[in-house]
Amino acid sequence: MAPFVNLWEYVVDRWDKLSLQVWLHTSEVVQATLLATVIGVGIGIAVYRSPAGSAVATALASAVLTIPSFALLGLLIPVLGLGVAPSMTVLVLYGLLPIVRNTIVGLSGVNPAVVDAARGIGMSRFSVLTKIELALAWPAILAGMRVATQMLMGIAVVVAYAKGPGLGSEVFSGLTRAGSANATNQALAGTLGVVVLALVLDGIYLLINRYTTPRGIRD
Amino acid sequence: MTDVTASASTGEELPRDAAGTASDGTTTGAEITLTNVTKRYPGSKTPAVDDVTMTIPAGKIVILVGPSGCGKTTTMRMINRLIEPTSGTIRIGGEDTQSLNPDRLRRKIGYAIQQAGLFPHFTVAQNIAVVPKLLGWDKKRIDDRVDELLDMVGLDVGTFRDRYPRQLSGGQQQRVGVARALAADPPVLLMDEPFGAVDPITRGNLQDELLRLQSELHKTIVFVTHDFDEAVKLGDKIAVLGEASKILQYDTPEAILATPADDTVAGFVGAGASLKQLTLLRVRDVELRQEAVTVDIDESPAAVREKLSRSHNPYALVLDRRRRPCRWVHARDLPRATSLATAGKPLRDVVSTQSTLQDALEAMLAEGGAVPVTGPQGQYAGTIHLETVIETIQTLREEHNGGDSTGADGGTQQEAR
Repeated sequence: MAPFVNLWEYVVDRWDKLSLQVWLHTSEVVQATLLATVIGVGIGIAVYRSPAGSAVATALASAVLTIPSFALLGLLIPVLGLGVAPSMTVLVLYGLLPIVRNTIVGLSGVNPAVVDAARGIGMSRFSVLTKIELALAWPAILAGMRVATQMLMGIAVVVAYAKGPGLGSEVFSGLTRAGSANATNQALAGTLGVVVLALVLDGIYLLINRYTTPRGIRD
Repeated sequence: MTDVTASASTGEELPRDAAGTASDGTTTGAEITLTNVTKRYPGSKTPAVDDVTMTIPAGKIVILVGPSGCGKTTTMRMINRLIEPTSGTIRIGGEDTQSLNPDRLRRKIGYAIQQAGLFPHFTVAQNIAVVPKLLGWDKKRIDDRVDELLDMVGLDVGTFRDRYPRQLSGGQQQRVGVARALAADPPVLLMDEPFGAVDPITRGNLQDELLRLQSELHKTIVFVTHDFDEAVKLGDKIAVLGEASKILQYDTPEAILATPADDTVAGFVGAGASLKQLTLLRVRDVELRQEAVTVDIDESPAAVREKLSRSHNPYALVLDRRRRPCRWVHARDLPRATSLATAGKPLRDVVSTQSTLQDALEAMLAEGGAVPVTGPQGQYAGTIHLETVIETIQTLREEHNGGDSTGADGGTQQEAR
């Protein structure tokens, strides 16, 4: 019990600083997810009509994932320096895959008869895309965002190495000070903080899903 | 139903002014003319649609029928420019479709397709309201129109207005699809195998409903199907299409059934052309017999027995107080009967003067003999007999075989040129 009591005391004691880290971590991940969504959905819209384009986009997004985040960060630091820029870049790049893939799956899963009917009764291309296709693909896109957020929660810890904001700095400074007072607590607080945060955000996603999916297509 | 006024002609060349607006003045349809319309897809040697010229008369249902892949759907989709013709002109009510923005053009053309293509995330009301909204109608007008249309296609407003498409059966979805197509009261309706994906019974009902709607609305309807029976049932005129939408025959159903232009058309018409002709004739077109003994439901069994023995007839038809036929009663049922309301056996099948001769034949086979016919309010009008049907078929056959087309059955008067 003792370490946990210590951890609790540590958290209470450092709450001012920790809460800021939690906030920064959340904000970083949410912003990266939103940016990745804008880019990912854009890519998805651009390629979903062409099977070849879809395959290339998915393959590229997957290729990003095969690069270890640590290595990618290392490669970006000489170009973008330290701090927010490389962190955000890495996060957005990693967030793309699930969003691009789900956007393509969602859009190409829309019943062609529905799109044909929409065109046939005189909706413009833009309305068909926004009011019909994206609306129907929305649950899939949201699911992609949810996976991206979960993934970025962990990766955001790693990008703290490039002096990015968030709970990662707690984890890293805890680990580098291993053996000294409160080092374990610091690393644990950072790690568990990420886990709790991930669960909370996941819950929020469930709510968003619940309230933004039209009743007609809700499971 | 078979009131065909358009002059019939065979072959591709049709007089441009062959048909105009109907004489009764209620027509809201517009004439559609296709002139030398060709669609050639890049990279394909043979055109998908090759030089089609046809006139679709205002206020009529014209069926494009042909085997799969013959280009009938392509031809139809060029009318609302979902597919752009490579060459040729299409005019609706005299206006060149190329002169309009395609989206605006389509808002003036109803469009109904197989599987309805309803928007799953919209309620029934929202689905129907799409085009009126695009046209900028105010909310009150849209709401009223939605209710009116639901009523028109036979769906209860209270029950269905706020349902989602997945909560509807296939037939109900199709009805909503038709309502959506009619929402902005377009003069022209394009229907691409709209009843292809529903079960045969529902399809029959939907076809009947369409005919009923059309008898009120008089739209110009272009209807694509590969089902020749459906074409015969619905069409004022049928265009039988071959390869690359080549018009093999464009004529009334009666004329195509009686004198197919060539072997391909004959093959497509299929066996049983005489039987199919029965679907074109209505009971009101043939003579009904009045020889059945009819009795009032309130009469005493004893009185009926007396009546039967006087007429040397074993059966009597029991009519209810509104003179609607309800039971057959046999002389031997009467001694034990206390009231005519329970004596004998209930009618299994009644045909109305609106029914087709095919329905009548069906009912005769089920009843095992003559079938009572009811008039517009369900009152008894006479009985129809098997011999009558046989005579009618023979008369028709003689007329067409002899090339003597003076027959005027059911008011259909046309000459196969």
